[in-house]
Amino acid sequence: MSPASKARAAKETLVLTGAAVTTAIASIAKAIQADQKDAAAVAIVGIQSRGVPLAARIAAALRKNTGKKVDIGSLDITLYRDDLSTVGTRPVLKATNIPFSIDARTVILVDDVLFTGRTIRAALDELVDFGRPSRIALAVLIDRGHRELPIQADYIGNTVKTTRADMVDVRLSEIDGKDEVVLVKR
Amino acid sequence: MTGWTQKHLLGIEPLSVDEITLVLDTAVQMREIMDRPIKKVPTLRGRTVVNLFMEASTRTRASFEMAERILSADSLSIQAAGSSVSKGESLLDTVKNLEAMTPDVIVVRHSSAGAANFLARTCNSRIVNAGDGAHEHPTQALLDAFTLRQAKGRIAGLKVAIVGDVLHSRVARSNIHLLTKMGADVTLCAPPTLLPQQFSSLATLSWKIDEAIEGADVVMMLRLQQERMTSAFISTAREYHAQYGLTLARLKKAKSDVVVLHPGPMNRGVEIASEVADSKASLILDQVTNGVAVRMAVLYLLLGGGRE
Repeated sequence: MSPASKARAAKETLVLTGAAVTTAIASIAKAIQADQKDAAAVAIVGIQSRGVPLAARIAAALRKNTGKKVDIGSLDITLYRDDLSTVGTRPVLKATNIPFSIDARTVILVDDVLFTGRTIRAALDELVDFGRPSRIALAVLIDRGHRELPIQADYIGNTVKTTRADMVDVRLSEIDGKDEVVLVKR
Repeated sequence: MTGWTQKHLLGIEPLSVDEITLVLDTAVQMREIMDRPIKKVPTLRGRTVVNLFMEASTRTRASFEMAERILSADSLSIQAAGSSVSKGESLLDTVKNLEAMTPDVIVVRHSSAGAANFLARTCNSRIVNAGDGAHEHPTQALLDAFTLRQAKGRIAGLKVAIVGDVLHSRVARSNIHLLTKMGADVTLCAPPTLLPQQFSSLATLSWKIDEAIEGADVVMMLRLQQERMTSAFISTAREYHAQYGLTLARLKKAKSDVVVLHPGPMNRGVEIASEVADSKASLILDQVTNGVAVRMAVLYLLLGGGRE
């Protein structure tokens, strides 16, 4: 390990192990199921990037528990960001794919970390351009606080106490090769 | 993938393979917006685009305007006819005056090769070349590439025949650069009077259409640009059609899954027979749809990030 990467590793604290990530996703799915008697009316939409595999896992758990198919979509909120005119480089766009009507459905938005709430604001604006859901709920793996907008999650895997400068790094096997959540102190 | 660093889009020749790929990948996501119930995103709110068309255009101008509206930019279009250009104002003065109204980007079409590069050198605005004389038409080549990726899944290794008035064609120039950079195998075909030798290092040159389209995956037809012909380059349009027109019978020499592109406007019965233009192999209307997505991608990449 290089001195630089050793120094970086030293500042990382493990928040959730792979097993804890799995448990957290299962508990989110259970809570959604308890709220939603009609699983077929629910659609799960993941926010790019790590909300997408999380959405797929939540949908798989719901399908397994209820035996019913759950629609899954993905949302890239880049074009709705409120800081596009201040970020230096143009972010690379990822897929938005909602291949079903969201009208009169319950849509569960899924993201990895809830922080300032600005991503969710953008996601809400984008989602309502696709139709008029009867309800939109929010599920996040980690709520780390420091909201800048009046937004809260309906389903939370874990709450993590952070300072504003900290980083919460969610790693998922689909993207990062393994499941874990670490807190990076800065 | 490195990000977009170009201030202007003047041509394909200065772009890297990564930059071309970034535009095409971005356009895939832009294309999805066109299928939404509400075809509008707030990305370029408060940004202003001037479309300065000093030469006739239907598709390109409408396509840029559509792209600007979907991205929520404010735009205005100026055409030579009806502007002070008809009173003798120079291109530079016209643009300097438009620039004084602080647009973020100027999309320009002009009959002189190098007009867009000239404006990029002399003005502060970001410039998008929408066709300059017989030089380049970068967004056309990008939309052609997008359409080919959509139809064939790749560009590398495709056998592409570009047939027609290569000499006067900015579409051909931009496509030759793009397709060869991306690894396609390009053959240019035209009568000797319309086939410049300058591309012999990039493409195979042929005077015979049957030879050029033999085994082709893609046939890209070019419009016979009679308005730019200053001397007798061809005998008659009928003779040209007989020798170089794309007919269904000729198309049989290409691969069975060949696709046909044409940048428009078409001269039906001259460079392309109606039976081909309206056949299943024709992607001509897909090109038009994809053009909007590609221009959205270009505007996003030029304007989506920080202000200078």
